Amino acid sequence: MKRIGVFVCHCGSNIANTVHCEKVAQVAKDFPGVVLSTDYKYMCSEPGQVMIQEAIREHNLDGYVVAACSPRMHEPTFRKCAARAGMNPYMVEQVNIREQCSWVHADKEKGTEKSIDLLRMGVAKVVKNEPLYSTTIPVTKRSLVIGGGIAGIQAALDIANAGYPVTLLDREHTIGGRMAQVDKTFPTLDCSACILTPKMVEAAQHPNIELMTYAEVEAVDGFVGNFDVTIRKKARYVDFDKCTGCGACTEKCPKKVPSEFEMELGVRKAIYTPFPQAVPNKPIIDANHCRYLLDGKCGICKKVCPTGAVDYEQKDELIMERFGAIVVATGFEQFDISAYEEYGAGKIPDVITGLHLERLMNASGPTAGKIKRPSDGKVPEKIVFVKCVGSRDEAKGRPYCSKACCMYVAKHATLLKEKMPNSKSYIFYMDVRTPGKNYEEFYARTQNEYDAQYIRGRVSKIFQVGDKLIVRGEDSLLGRPVEIEADLVVLAAGMDPRSDAKDLARTLGISYDQHGWFTEAHPKLQPVETHTAGIYLAGACQGPKDIPDSVAQASAAAVKAAGLLSKPELTSEAMTALCDEAICSGCGLCQSICPYKSIEIKSVNERYHGQMRQRRVSNVNQGLCQGCGACTVACPSGAMNLKGFTNDQILAEVDALCQR
Amino acid sequence: MGPIQLSMTVASSQDFRDRLKKEYGVDVSLCYQCGKCSAGCPAAFAMEHTVRQMLRMVQSGLVQESLSSYSIWSCAGCETCSTRCPRQVDPAKFMEALRIEAKKAGLVADKNADLFNDLFLNSVKDTGRLHEVGMIARFNILSGQLFKDAEHAPGLFTQGKLSILPHKIKNTEAMAKIFANVQKKRGGKS
Amino acid sequence: MKYGLYPGCSLNGTGIEYGLSTKAVAQKLGIDFVEIPDWNCCGASSAHNRNHLLSVALPARNLALAEQHGIDQIAVPCAACYQRMKAAEVALRDEATRQEVGEVIEMNVEGKSRTRALVEVFANDLDADFLSSVVVRPLSGLKVASYYGCLLVKPAQVAIDSPENPMIMDKLMAALGATPVEWSYKTECCGGSLAITRPEASLGMTANVLKYAKLAGADCIVTPCPLCTSNLDMRQKAAEGLLGMELGLPIYYFTELMGVALGLEMSQLGLTKHFVEATSLLKNSPAAQ
Ligand SMILES: Cc1cc2nc3c(=O)[nH]c(=O)nc-3n(C[C@H](O)[C@H](O)[C@H](O)COP(=O)(O)OP(=O)(O)OC[C@H]3O[C@@H](n4cnc5c(N)ncnc54)[C@H](O)[C@@H]3O)c2cc1C
Ligand code: SF4
Ligand code: SF4
Ligand code: SF4
Ligand code: SF4
Repeated sequence: MKRIGVFVCHCGSNIANTVHCEKVAQVAKDFPGVVLSTDYKYMCSEPGQVMIQEAIREHNLDGYVVAACSPRMHEPTFRKCAARAGMNPYMVEQVNIREQCSWVHADKEKGTEKSIDLLRMGVAKVVKNEPLYSTTIPVTKRSLVIGGGIAGIQAALDIANAGYPVTLLDREHTIGGRMAQVDKTFPTLDCSACILTPKMVEAAQHPNIELMTYAEVEAVDGFVGNFDVTIRKKARYVDFDKCTGCGACTEKCPKKVPSEFEMELGVRKAIYTPFPQAVPNKPIIDANHCRYLLDGKCGICKKVCPTGAVDYEQKDELIMERFGAIVVATGFEQFDISAYEEYGAGKIPDVITGLHLERLMNASGPTAGKIKRPSDGKVPEKIVFVKCVGSRDEAKGRPYCSKACCMYVAKHATLLKEKMPNSKSYIFYMDVRTPGKNYEEFYARTQNEYDAQYIRGRVSKIFQVGDKLIVRGEDSLLGRPVEIEADLVVLAAGMDPRSDAKDLARTLGISYDQHGWFTEAHPKLQPVETHTAGIYLAGACQGPKDIPDSVAQASAAAVKAAGLLSKPELTSEAMTALCDEAICSGCGLCQSICPYKSIEIKSVNERYHGQMRQRRVSNVNQGLCQGCGACTVACPSGAMNLKGFTNDQILAEVDALCQR
Repeated sequence: MGPIQLSMTVASSQDFRDRLKKEYGVDVSLCYQCGKCSAGCPAAFAMEHTVRQMLRMVQSGLVQESLSSYSIWSCAGCETCSTRCPRQVDPAKFMEALRIEAKKAGLVADKNADLFNDLFLNSVKDTGRLHEVGMIARFNILSGQLFKDAEHAPGLFTQGKLSILPHKIKNTEAMAKIFANVQKKRGGKS
Repeated sequence: MKYGLYPGCSLNGTGIEYGLSTKAVAQKLGIDFVEIPDWNCCGASSAHNRNHLLSVALPARNLALAEQHGIDQIAVPCAACYQRMKAAEVALRDEATRQEVGEVIEMNVEGKSRTRALVEVFANDLDADFLSSVVVRPLSGLKVASYYGCLLVKPAQVAIDSPENPMIMDKLMAALGATPVEWSYKTECCGGSLAITRPEASLGMTANVLKYAKLAGADCIVTPCPLCTSNLDMRQKAAEGLLGMELGLPIYYFTELMGVALGLEMSQLGLTKHFVEATSLLKNSPAAQ
C-alpha cells in the first residue's frame, strides 16, 4: 500500500467557517493508505508548503491529497511543491472543499460531512496514481502562412518583422487575393492596388519571407512546434531563375483564355501573369490550355523566349518542410449566383456580381475603367443593385450575413455616380448594416450626395425584355410592388467559404462550421486560435470579413504565432490518453471523435494460437493529445484510458463515495 | 382610431399563431418581411394588402382584420411566393390557412369565392365529378352577375366542350361518406 | 408501356381536345392508358380552400382505386389534378395521415401508386431517339413558347422541373422539330383559378403571359394544362383589348403538336375546337409540306 499524506486547508476562514477542518483531518487518518493527516491555516503559503515538503521527507510519502480550493487555482502550486521535495508532481490530488463546498453551503455539519466524502474520494484516487512525465520538445522557429491574400500578407510581414522566418504560400500564381481584384476600398475610397501592391512587394523582398506561390499543402504531420508539411509545388513550365519577366512569350502566345482575374470579362494568354502588378511578376503556363502541352503543337513561347526559360518538361515537385506554427489565411469565394434562377443569374449576361463590377470600374481592367455592360458594351444608365444575394437566405443554405456587401454596394453606387454623373443607382436592401468606423457616414453620403435610391425589399424576379432588364421587387415601406427597367443589374453576391476549405481543414486537423468557415477556439476570448495548438486563423477564411477586420485579425494571429516561436521549448501534456492494445478492438470510434487528430489506427502483428496474425489497434500520438478525454468516453471496449484519470481511478472514487 | 395597442393585440393573438403553426405548418415568426413574396405575386396588383403585409398583420396580432380582408381571396394560389421565400415561410399555405379560418369564423369577404366553393364542392359531393356547365350556370344566377364568359358559351357548346348533362360516378355514395367523415373529424361545414 | 390514366373533369369538357389528342398520340406511340375505374373529382380548385383533410381525401380515393387495380403509375394530363393528386401522394407518406385518410374514404390506401404528369410520361419515359424516329412531319420553323403554368412546377414537393426555368416541354418541342423561344413567363400564373370569381384580376394576369410570349417572338403557345389553355385561348380577345395590342397566338396542348408531328389528322386531334384559330399556322408552316 502506498504511503499517503493528507493536508486540509482552512483558507483563513473561507473554508474553516463552514467546515470543521480539524475534524476532517482527524477522520482522514483512518482512510486506507493514509499515514499522516493534518490541517493548516493557509496550505498554499510558504510555511504551508514547507510543512508539506518536510512531511514528504519525514514520512516517506508516495503521494498526498490537499483539500483546499479549486485545482484551477493552485494545482500547479501543489505539484511544484511535491517536485521540490523529490516527489513526482502527478502523485498529488487536490480536493476542492472551497468552491464546491464551503462557499456554496451554510450548514457546518453538512459541510464537514461533504468535505470528508470528497476527501475520501481523493485518497482512493491518489492511491492509484502513477508517476507521469512530461517531456520538452524543441520549437522549429519558422512559420508557414497558407494563403497570400491581404490577411496572409499582413500575418507574414508581422511574423517576419518579429524576427522569424516565414514561408508565404499561395495556390495561385500571385499573392494579393481578392483585394487585388477590388478597384477602390471603402470607406476612404483609396485605390486598392495603391495600398496593396506595396505590401505585396514588401513581402516578396523581406529577408525573412520566402514566397512560395503556385503551391498547395498536401499533408500535415507532426504537432505544435514541429509540423511536417508536404507541399506540392506545381509545375510552372517556366524556369524563374532564367526568366526576366520580359513578357515576349505572353505577347506572342496565340491561345486566348477567359481571364479568371478579370471575372472572364477579359482574356489572358495560356502563358501569362494574371495582372500587371502580380508578385512574382513572371509568367507561368496554364497546362489546361497550352497548345503545346495539350497536343504538342505550337511551342512559340519557347522559340521567342530570349533566355530559354520556357521548360515544357517541368514536373510538379513535392517537398517536405518543418514549421513551428501555421497561420491559415485562405479567404473566401464569391457565392455562385446561378443558384438564383429567378434572377436569371448565370443566364442573362448583364446580371453580374460585385466583383465583376470591380473589374469593370478598374482602370487596368478589361474596359480600361469604362463601365460597359457585358452583353453589348453599352454604357448603362440605370443600374440596379440587389443586396443579400447568397446571404441571409436559408432557402439557399446561406443564413449568415456576408458583412462587407452593404458597404461595397454603397461604394459602388458612389463610384458609379462619380464616373457617370447621369447614371442612377437603385439599391434593393433588407437592412443596411454599417457598423464600422466612418461606415454609416459613408452610407449617408451615398444617399444624400450621390443620389442613390435605396428601396427596402428583396427582389423577386429579374428578366430580360429586348435590351432592358426588368427588375421586380416590393417597396416594403410603401407596401407596393415596384418595377425597374434597368440597363445593368449587380447582385451583391455574398461570401462563401472556399469550396475546398473542408479538405484543407481535415488536412490540418482544425474544425469548421456547417458552412465550411474555420472555427476559432473561442468566439470571444480566442478568436484567432484553433482547437489545434500552433495553428491560427486570419482573415475571411474564419467568416465573412472586410479588409480592416482581416488585417486586424492577421496581426493578432501573427502575435500568437511569434509568441509560440519565441519559446525556447515546449512542454508536452503528461496527462494524455493511452490505449491498451490488448483489449482494443480497432473499431476506430476514438479516431473519429478526437478533436486534435491525434489518434491513428495501426496494425500490430501478434501470435494467436501459434499463428501470426495482424490486428488493428488504436494508437495515440502523445505529442498531439491534449488530454481532453473524449476518446475514453467513446471507447466501447474500455481500452482507452486518460493517464491521471483512468477508468480504474474514477471507479475507485465512486466506490469511495458509496462506502460512507 | 388611435394607435394599435400592440402589447394587447400581440399577446391576445398568440393562440392564433400557435394554431397556424400546429395545424397548417406555417410559422409567421420566421418571416423577416423582405417582400420577395409580394414582389413576385402575380395578383399583388389586385390586393389591398400584399401577402407580406398580411403576414405582418398576423405577426402584429390584427387577426380579425386579416381574416376579413378581401386580399386573401385575390390570391391565385400560384405558389410563386412559397417557391421564392428565403425563409421558407410558405406564404401560399398561409393565405390558404387564412381562407379556411375566415370561413370558420364567418368572415369571408368575397361572397363570390364563397359561392364558387359551395357550388364546386356540392357538385363533387352529389355526382363525384365537377359539372362545369351546371356550376357556371348556377354561379351566374346566384351571384347575380353576368358571367363574363357568357359570350363564349355558344362557341363552347358547338365545339362539344360543354355537355349539358352532368357525368356521374357510379359510387356516389362513397362521395357522401367522404364528406360526412371529414365533417365528423374536423367539424364545420365543407 | 402501360399506365393508369386519371383524365380529370375538364377532359370531358373544356379540355376535350386535350383528351382527344392524348388518346390519339398514345395509340400511335403504342402507349396503353387504362382509365382508373369510377374515378372522382380531385377537388381542385376548391377543396384545399375549405378543408385540408378533404383536399387529401378526394384524390386519395383515386389513389386507392388505382392500387386496387394494380396500377403503379398514374398519368395525369391536367396540371391542377396532377398537383392535387401528387400532393395527396406526398401527404400519404406520413403514417398518421394515411391512417386518418383511410378512415375518411373507408378504403385501404398505402400510397403505392405514383402520380406522373402526362408531359413527364411523354418527355421522359420515351426514348429521345425513338421519338425523333416517329416524327413524320417535323414542326420546323414553328416558334413555340412553352408555358408550364404554376401547378406542375410548384410547390417544390410536387415539382416535375425547375420552378423558374423548366425545360422538359421545350426539349420535347425541340425533338418534334419546333423552335422553343426563350422567355421569362414560363411559370408565371395566368390567373386561371380566379377566372370565375375575380375575372378582372384574372384577365390582367392572362394578358401578361400572352404579352411576354408575343414579345419573345413566339408564333404560338404550348401548354400542358386545360385551365391555362382555356384561359389563354378563350380570353385572348379580351386580353388584346386590355393590352391594346394584337396577339393572334394559337394555344396548343403539347399533345396536339405531338399529334401533328406524328402525322395525325388535325380534326382528330381537336385542333378545330380552338377559339384562336389554330390550324392555319400549322398548315402554313413547313411542317405541313
Ligand atoms: C466585390 C467585393 C468588393 C469588396 N470591397 C471591399 C472594400 O472596398 N473594402 C474592404 O474593406 N473590403 C472589401 N471587400 C472584402 C475583401 O475582399 C476581403 O475582406 C478580403 O479580400 C479578405 O482577405 P483574405 O486575405 O482573408 O482572403 P482572400 O482575399 O480571399 O485571399 C485568400 C488567398 O488565399 C489563397 N488560397 C485559398 N485557398 C488556398 C489553399 N488551399 N492553399 C493556398 N492558398 C490558398 C487564395 O489564392 C488567395 O490568394 C470586398 C469584397 C468583394 C467581394
Ligand atoms: S506553347 Fe503554349 S504557352 Fe507557349 S505560346 Fe504556345 S500555346 Fe502559348
Ligand atoms: S452585409 Fe448587408 S448586403 Fe451583405 S449580407 Fe449583410 S445585410 Fe446583406
Ligand atoms: S418572402 Fe418569406 S420572409 Fe420574405 S416577406 Fe415573404 S414570407 Fe416573409
Ligand atoms: S400564392 Fe397567392 S399570395 Fe402567393 S404569389 Fe401566388 S397569388 Fe400571390
